[in-house]
Amino acid sequence: MSVSTCPSSTPIVDDAQRCDARGLDAVDRAIVLATQAGLPLVPDPWGAVGREVGISGAEVLERMQAMQANGVIRRVAAVPNHYRLGYVANGMTVWDVDDMQIERLGREVAAIEGVSHCYRRPRHLPHWPYNLFAMLHGRSREEVERQAEVLRRRLGDACRDHRILYSSRILKKTGLRLAGKRPNDAATNAGRRS
Amino acid sequence: MTLEDLDAVDRRLINHLQDGLPLVARPYAVVATQLGIGEGELLYRLERLRDGGVLSRFGPMYHAERLGGGLTLAALAVPEADYDEVAGRVNAFPEVAHNYRREHALNMWFVLATETPARIAETVAEIEAATGLPVFNMPKEEEFHVRLHLSV
Repeated sequence: MSVSTCPSSTPIVDDAQRCDARGLDAVDRAIVLATQAGLPLVPDPWGAVGREVGISGAEVLERMQAMQANGVIRRVAAVPNHYRLGYVANGMTVWDVDDMQIERLGREVAAIEGVSHCYRRPRHLPHWPYNLFAMLHGRSREEVERQAEVLRRRLGDACRDHRILYSSRILKKTGLRLAGKRPNDAATNAGRRS
Repeated sequence: MTLEDLDAVDRRLINHLQDGLPLVARPYAVVATQLGIGEGELLYRLERLRDGGVLSRFGPMYHAERLGGGLTLAALAVPEADYDEVAGRVNAFPEVAHNYRREHALNMWFVLATETPARIAETVAEIEAATGLPVFNMPKEEEFHVRLHLSV
């Protein structure tokens, strides 16, 4: 699924990242609040969310389909705990890539097997020269290093330097949370579309 | 619960559901059919994997910026002697969604997720005040790919 395109009916302001934030109404936000910690594990999860939010299950499903279509929901999925699945080596690889080539090379690196997240980020010279970040997950550091070698070869001369920063401790992992009112507070909007 | 506790069905289920639940009526029944098990068994296994910590979570993965919020990755170079103290102060911010220790001079890496984009700069300033350390703010300038799939 695409994460960077906007539906053509949505006005693009100046930046694809922000294209549809305005498209969410209070009921959508209530659905986000009710589901950001997880989707109920019951045969009719939409109905269960709907009871909490104060709308029908059919409307929850319809609104979540719309949010997935416009990229507000990346997907509804299982998020594994890397460590429990044996992926104990978690390497944030960082690369100092020629600014003129990063656009093309970033896309190429992102397509390599094993890369889960890939971003261009700002340098902080002189302490931090790296502008391309790619997360690698392996069952051992050797596996991560083999994957990193594939990336290094792909980047070639356009890359001046790189590092692998392994995580040695999870200090906090709560996931992204919207603060806000409890879902039931939005029930006054039940059944209405704005 | 660890890898050794997972049978073949658990593994297929984890591989399958990392790609996403279909947004249809009775979605678990649809996936259960694809996996060749019953809906009740799928729900039971999923709950056990989640409660046993094999899955960090199960549900919608929201795109923070498209919800109208702010998101950034930031790092600190924390003196070893102060590490736990600083970790406590940083983690106390509700805006800190993840925080990892990493092996580098920049040894603390955290994700900030805020209600509005403007809150990012304020939170960075508040963390600098709370820790006395400069925050290296590294917001994404371009997203090439976000797709975590760990096969088991």
